[in-house]
Amino acid sequence: MNRILPVLTILLAIVVIWYAASVWMNAPWQTRLNERADLANVPFTEFVAQTWAQDKPVLPSPHQVAGEIWNATIALEPTSKRSLAYHGWITLSATLLGFAFGTSLGVLLAVAIIHNDASDRSLMPWIIASQTVPIVAVAPMLVVGLNAVGLTGLVPKALISMYLSFFPVVVGMVKGLRSPEGIQLDLLRTYDATPWQAFWKLRWPAAMPFLFASMKVGIAISLVGAIVAELSNTAGGGLGVRLLTGSVNGQTVQIWAALFIAAGLAAVLVAVVGRAEHMVNRRTGVRA
Amino acid sequence: MLQLYLALIAGGCGLLGLAASLPTLGAAPLMQIFFAVSTLSLLRLVLPWPFWLDGVLAALGAWALIASLPAEGLMPLHHWLALIASWAFAWLFVERLAAAIRAGKLPETGTGLVIPLIFGLALIVIWEVVTRGASVSPVLLPAPSAIATRFAASTGILWADFVQTFIKSVIPGYIIGCIAGLLVAIAVDRSPFLKAGIMPIGNFMSALPIIGIAPIMVMWFGFDWQSKAAVVVAMTFFPMLVNTVAGLNAASAIERDLMSTYAASYRQTLMKLRLPAAGPFIFNALKINSTLALIGAIVAEFFGTPVVGMGFRISTGVGRLAIDLVWAEIAVAAIAGSAFYGVIALIERGVTFWHPSVRGGRA
Repeated sequence: MNRILPVLTILLAIVVIWYAASVWMNAPWQTRLNERADLANVPFTEFVAQTWAQDKPVLPSPHQVAGEIWNATIALEPTSKRSLAYHGWITLSATLLGFAFGTSLGVLLAVAIIHNDASDRSLMPWIIASQTVPIVAVAPMLVVGLNAVGLTGLVPKALISMYLSFFPVVVGMVKGLRSPEGIQLDLLRTYDATPWQAFWKLRWPAAMPFLFASMKVGIAISLVGAIVAELSNTAGGGLGVRLLTGSVNGQTVQIWAALFIAAGLAAVLVAVVGRAEHMVNRRTGVRA
Repeated sequence: MLQLYLALIAGGCGLLGLAASLPTLGAAPLMQIFFAVSTLSLLRLVLPWPFWLDGVLAALGAWALIASLPAEGLMPLHHWLALIASWAFAWLFVERLAAAIRAGKLPETGTGLVIPLIFGLALIVIWEVVTRGASVSPVLLPAPSAIATRFAASTGILWADFVQTFIKSVIPGYIIGCIAGLLVAIAVDRSPFLKAGIMPIGNFMSALPIIGIAPIMVMWFGFDWQSKAAVVVAMTFFPMLVNTVAGLNAASAIERDLMSTYAASYRQTLMKLRLPAAGPFIFNALKINSTLALIGAIVAEFFGTPVVGMGFRISTGVGRLAIDLVWAEIAVAAIAGSAFYGVIALIERGVTFWHPSVRGGRA
């Protein structure tokens, strides 16, 4: 209870500020509209209501965005091209595929790094350097290049997501797989455990908390990767395409709705990973 | 075990290559010398073979390969064998060098840097040889040499784009976003109620695809750098906020008690204890933000720009299939991003010199 109250207060404050800001930012355009329509002396309450109900507002009011989300998800058939559920599903599938690729690649690299001194020294600096390359720069080209070899649709987007999401997993897993202490490794040696057994019975369980922490970061940026990759492939659909077309047509309400769907998707994905973490923790006997 | 396999692969490829290139004896002398010496390297099974010889062989193989790349068409089979052999030599060299460093026979500083360099060079050589040797379409993936010539030929354009994107959008946005995050964090820290309210929301916000606000910012602030800087501000704000608030809690109770026995004011405690203790967290956010900032600025340019800027050049370059220019632009972005990160990391080493992760030498 003592956590919910402050959060609700802040959320309420955000909504109030938002309403106020949308009056303030939409007012100039509304004044001009009213002048053109020869409406003088519009009462203040009516003027406020007008600013909250513009067609292409500078800042749409929260209820406009909520209405658009409702119209574009529940009220439409999910197969319709204008449905945000349809576009959200395209983005979600690319995100999940890329996240699966990225997590597997990250774990494999981490295993190679902790078992081989040469790959630790040669790979790690380049893995870090790889993240200073703004991947979005590569996104349009990857999409075009893979199109040329006949790969279209999901895979190019998933590759961008993979590139973004493998990094936190590598870093976290290297740390996690190295987290068993020397004394524990020594104990396994006295049991005459093979490296294989040491890995599965000690290192892997010890790395689980690190893996989940990394996966929470990884799935959030996978979604970013999928959205950014969609910006360069307008035909494919997806939330990124909704953002882009909304931007081209000046449909601000559509942009905000797509943005909120993306945010909701991110929240759900992170929550799912958190749930999985909780279940794994319980099975391995971690309390709390 | 791994070393034995690598040695067998390298020597075996040398032997096979020697056999395959015998019909054209003398056509590519460098390549044949490489094959001959590679075959000789099988002697290591009975004789001592110093590890620097593997490095020399890898370099020789790479040189022979690049020197004898065909102008067009596919390269013959034994060139592929040479590629595999020289890759195996490079790996062997790195493997043995790492073992020598670990055993303490070689100093860590300096030689530790050689290994990633060799990995990078090997990657570039393989890229060059495969793209040209297998005649990969330049639309798909241009060779590094083609990118380098394009880079050298269009420094003017690249510089203008760099100034527009990096100097005008990234730097101001980064500075404003980080300072705003820091100040809000310090303000929030004074009120437990605000902290309890803002922290979950801040954590939530830093997981969201904030980059999506780019089209909105372009509408609000216009096509020029202001809108890009605004996106960068929004992207860098939340990581800074969350990390700083966490960092301000890093000073332990005993240290705070000490400050209060000194009758230190809030301001003194903040400046002399809590902010320095938050240093590692703040630098963590600064490092995360340095890559986020560049991404934010480039993506925002996809939504509309004046006809200059890295994001603009990349999206139009892809449209016109000028892929080598796009790669040159990516090289600029990579260099700028790495340099930015490197500068922050260097400052971190200087400022938070007391922290265990810095004292350990590998930060």
